[in-house]
Amino acid sequence: MAETLPVDSTAKLAMERESAMGWRWAGTAALIAVAVLLPFTLSNYHVFELTQVMIYAIAVLGLNILTGYNGQISLGHGGFFAAGAYTAAILMHRYGVPYWATLPPAALVCFALGVLFGLPALRFEGPYLALVTLAMAVAMPQLLKYFDALTGGNQGIVLVKPLPPPELGIDRDRWLYFLVLLVLLVAIRVAANLLNGRTGRAFVAIRDQPIAAAAMGINTARYKTLAFGTSTLFTGAAGALAAIVIGFVAPESFSLFLSLSFLVGSAVGGIATIGGAIVGGFFIEFVPNFANDISDAAPWAIYGLAMLLFMYVLPRGVVGTLGPRLAHAIQELRSARRGAND
Amino acid sequence: MTAILELRAVKAFYGQSEVLHGVDLVVEEAGMTVLLGANGAGKTTTLRAVCGMVRSEGEILFAGRRLERCATEQIAGFGVAHVPEGRGTFIGLTVEENLRIGGYTAAGRPDEKMQLMYGYFPILAQRRRQQAGALSGGEQQMLAIARALMMSPRLLVLDEPSFGLAPRVVEAIFAIIERIRREQQMSVLLVEQNASLALEMADRAYLLETGYVVSSGSAKMLADDPQIRRSYLGY
Amino acid sequence: MHQLLQQIFSGLAAGAVYASLALALVMIYRATDLVNFAQGEMAMFSTYIAWTLVNAELPFWAAFVITLAVSFVGGMLIERIVIRPVENAPILTAVVVTIGLLLIFNATAGWIYSYTLQEFPSPFPDRPLFGALMTTRDMGVIAVTLAMLVALFCFFRFTATGLAMRAAAQNPESARLSGINVGRMLALGWGFAAAIGAVAGIMVAPVLFLDPNMMSGVLLYAFTGALLGGITSPVGAVIGGLIVGVTENLVGTYLIASQLKLTVALILIIIVLVFRPNGLFGTAVVRRV
Repeated sequence: MAETLPVDSTAKLAMERESAMGWRWAGTAALIAVAVLLPFTLSNYHVFELTQVMIYAIAVLGLNILTGYNGQISLGHGGFFAAGAYTAAILMHRYGVPYWATLPPAALVCFALGVLFGLPALRFEGPYLALVTLAMAVAMPQLLKYFDALTGGNQGIVLVKPLPPPELGIDRDRWLYFLVLLVLLVAIRVAANLLNGRTGRAFVAIRDQPIAAAAMGINTARYKTLAFGTSTLFTGAAGALAAIVIGFVAPESFSLFLSLSFLVGSAVGGIATIGGAIVGGFFIEFVPNFANDISDAAPWAIYGLAMLLFMYVLPRGVVGTLGPRLAHAIQELRSARRGAND
Repeated sequence: MTAILELRAVKAFYGQSEVLHGVDLVVEEAGMTVLLGANGAGKTTTLRAVCGMVRSEGEILFAGRRLERCATEQIAGFGVAHVPEGRGTFIGLTVEENLRIGGYTAAGRPDEKMQLMYGYFPILAQRRRQQAGALSGGEQQMLAIARALMMSPRLLVLDEPSFGLAPRVVEAIFAIIERIRREQQMSVLLVEQNASLALEMADRAYLLETGYVVSSGSAKMLADDPQIRRSYLGY
Repeated sequence: MHQLLQQIFSGLAAGAVYASLALALVMIYRATDLVNFAQGEMAMFSTYIAWTLVNAELPFWAAFVITLAVSFVGGMLIERIVIRPVENAPILTAVVVTIGLLLIFNATAGWIYSYTLQEFPSPFPDRPLFGALMTTRDMGVIAVTLAMLVALFCFFRFTATGLAMRAAAQNPESARLSGINVGRMLALGWGFAAAIGAVAGIMVAPVLFLDPNMMSGVLLYAFTGALLGGITSPVGAVIGGLIVGVTENLVGTYLIASQLKLTVALILIIIVLVFRPNGLFGTAVVRRV
């Protein structure tokens, strides 16, 4: 008579965790597969729109790191986006740097700017910090117009759009889509590693209980500055991609409204999430267009209404509100199944 | 004796956690009931449930009215004056303004009542134009109680009034409360860490432990109970 | 010297407008812990209402009073209907709601009234005073602002409702325990703020010309002024607004061309804030841990 030995509980938990990881890998792989295949089923214009979505997602991800995970509000990320875009544009236009080589310098310049900003920002909190970052958003277009010898002033800089490598046999729009997709995946990976590790925990500790965090030995000044620099690095890289993809930079495209859009995208997706940045990107890119379809007399009013609706129904953003609910539901399902098995 | 406040099987919740598990409690008309218990027993939560500041289930009856669905400001309007833990003083307002706020709901001119309060607490008269935040702990406690008394309440709810105060100040405060209780037939629900003083003054007492009433009866009965003596009275 | 004084006075007149809007921002911040990014657009919309009334042949001051009343009620309704649902939500959620409100007001004004610049009458003639040191119009703006501030001060200091509003803003829980309907006080706060904004809009429209984007620059300066003075201090808001007005004017005249005026002014003010991170009159929030 064979008796089956009961599986002990630690082993059970380990098996459950493995199966959860398995599901997560499968899910991510599926999403990536969809992302890779999608551009071949859509028109050029839609591919371009999706590329924009991903660029915004990277920018919003940067904002999420700073505002969501570290609790430092920024109304100025449009300014850092512009800094990245113009760095790339000037390198390409004046110094003939190939487009793909402009990303690292643009990212580094914006990282440096972020650290530079983050240092005095240590003295400010809440609305005062908002004002300081607001100054960045407001100053940037004005400075860009003023130093017109370098930046082309009001007219901006027209760039030559990059050519896809001929061996791949795809057209320019799809090539740029894949380029941005690659950067997005790298960005998500880097952000996840950062935020799920020690640094991320320090960020969150500083956000929620700054005094306790300091008392525990966390160097709040260093981490807050790091958060700023990392955040602007991401947003600046997104800006550089925007310059490459659109092929044109001008001060008018980087107004205060862009900074506010990033903030809205961040809130709609979920400020302390990574996936929320992608939702935010979709919101920023598509909702103004939908608004135009609904009412071409006052499209921005519809956009504003959409913001209100999202905030009423999902106050922590799409991923921020639905994420925990989904996790909770899965927990319930699993414990129900466990109960049935016992 | 009729009950002015009665709690029947009251449960209270912070978010999803249940912290009070079916509390029964009575405050007699013109009587004083004291809630005893260690930190975290649920004493403050009980008071907050009475004033609609936490989610609760069960029945809360005050002078024939059901309080469970009422808003805090409504309950205050019915004649329940709650002096919370930490006093809840408006530190940015002057002493005089604090008293005026106390008189917000009551009918009639506040000035007469304020004079009455200055009579009970002369130190407040001295400091009437000072910012409440500049007062000492004892003075702020007097101000908080005076503010509550401005409402001419039928039920005075006090959360740890002796906390952090010198014994003489505590005696003075309780003497005034006793006086008003006798003069105006005011009922009192009291949470106190200072068990011996509270049991001396109160009519009824309840002992709470982790959200349950573990002992109840007349104050004298609880004061004579050897176990309570050992745990809470120190002898 | 004469020019300097001239610029200071006209800066004060502009500053009076910034001070008013800054006061509105501070009122709402004290009550609901929120910076209302839509304050400027609400003021702009109120100004259009005044404009409509004036065009309908109403005398100026009648239109003024009616606009204030309508704005007051409008502000209360906005707090009740738009802001109440997110009062207990995370702060960024409420901020996004005000941004949405900003867009709605701006776009609706543009739709109803178009984006053409309109003339807005000033009740004060534009004549030089004191040997061209200032104009009667500037004097009028400062006078109206002053009158409004005095009225508000008296209301908050000497009336029961004013006291209740102050109590509700400072300590909502204690206020409720004292029988104050905190929600109603918040609504009143928004009503007052909207009315103050309307005054600011009406005072500035003759100079800037009325269009849906009229108040965006004003809001920026008002926000700066409110923070310079200390976001929790009404007195600070007024003084901050005046300082910003004078600074903006002097920077524009003596330092740098119009384009960079805003940037330079902002930087100067931020430098001040570095030394006083809670503003000139703001109080640091003492948090017990």
